[in-house]
Amino acid sequence: MTVVAVTVTALLTVASGLTLVRIIRGPSILDRAVATDVLLAIIVAAIATEAAYSRDATALPVLVVLAVLGFVGSVSVARFAVRRDPE
Amino acid sequence: MTLDAVLDIVAAGCLIAGALLSLAAGVALIRFPDLLSRMHAAAKPQVLGLLLVLLGCALRLRTGVDITTLVLVGVFQLATAPVAAHMVGRVAYPHDEIRRDLLLTDELAAHIDRIRADRTDRPEVSDAASAPGRG
Amino acid sequence: MTPASPAEPTNPPLTRRARRRNQLVAVTGLVLVWVLLWGSFTWANLIGGLLVAVVLLTVFPLPPVTFAGRIRPVPLARFWSRFLRDLVVASVQIAWLALRFGHTPRSAIIAVPLRVNTDLNLTLTAEALSLVPGSLILEADRRTGTLYVHVLGVRTLDEVQRFRRDVLDLEARIVAAIGSSEERRRVTGADPAGPPEPTRLEGTPT
Repeated sequence: MTVVAVTVTALLTVASGLTLVRIIRGPSILDRAVATDVLLAIIVAAIATEAAYSRDATALPVLVVLAVLGFVGSVSVARFAVRRDPE
Repeated sequence: MTLDAVLDIVAAGCLIAGALLSLAAGVALIRFPDLLSRMHAAAKPQVLGLLLVLLGCALRLRTGVDITTLVLVGVFQLATAPVAAHMVGRVAYPHDEIRRDLLLTDELAAHIDRIRADRTDRPEVSDAASAPGRG
Repeated sequence: MTPASPAEPTNPPLTRRARRRNQLVAVTGLVLVWVLLWGSFTWANLIGGLLVAVVLLTVFPLPPVTFAGRIRPVPLARFWSRFLRDLVVASVQIAWLALRFGHTPRSAIIAVPLRVNTDLNLTLTAEALSLVPGSLILEADRRTGTLYVHVLGVRTLDEVQRFRRDVLDLEARIVAAIGSSEERRRVTGADPAGPPEPTRLEGTPT
């Protein structure tokens, strides 16, 4: 199981690095919103992997909160981006 | 081989597959040419990858309380990811960030003004229709 | 999509009984989520969930949704199995497109007029569409019941036409699973000879 945990950690680290690049490069706020959504999903996956590795369910309620947060986040960014459209 | 060991192996497979799909979503975010294509990456591999990781987690934990929580997270993901993608896509549509040269056909352009005008009770949405950068 | 079709979505005013049924479904769903959240089924959870659900529905009443049909288990199972398969195919396709070097995926935006124009059908089809291969919902037109879909990874206009048929198939599976028998007839009986041409759409009154 340790090998699996290390592999998954490496894969998720690379994935989150790539999404971070997209968050930084943009170009628009919507790109960043989409990338943040993916980053949040990767974080949820990482926490779930940790719970699976240690067989410890303490962190599971956090997953529920994060899952809702990602949705609320991108929807509110989408609405906000409409209101103050610069051009 | 005991049942526990088999379940562990299946769980490990799910975790790795989920992580690989997350990586694919990350690569797609970097490499796809415009916002709408990137949203495909955010909607599909991300959701399936997360579902697989949750499944792997459920197979490892194997207690009722934890599995219900994981099911809830999965259902939330399935229900909300398309809605979030739709919200973003709706805002993104008539803007410069879409690579029009890569579009084979665009059947929305002729209708977008009428659709937005229909939503008179949502003025902030129809604002986007007047933004330049179309056509 | 013909000019003679009714302009408004076919959502007749709800009867008292239908509204009661909607509320019952909503309360059941909310209580289920509450019990799942707590993770165990006890009377305290059940009563607490009922209280929360009733308060929520009084404070934030749901918009009226017409659910005219009934749930059919076999088509529903067929829809789910196909949906899960599609989700896997979609993810693999995106991964493949992302990892291929020296290739820029092309896309298209198409209009798909649905045959059953109810809010529920529009919503469910749009949700499912965003998770199956190649498609992402961009805009929904309630008045004509048309979905505007962004299609990724198409190369020719022929593929676009094939995709239009796929969307209608998806709608047919959903309607078969939860639609009323009248809606089912509309989807299965009058199967269009071919996919609607984009030129026909341009002619609709705007």
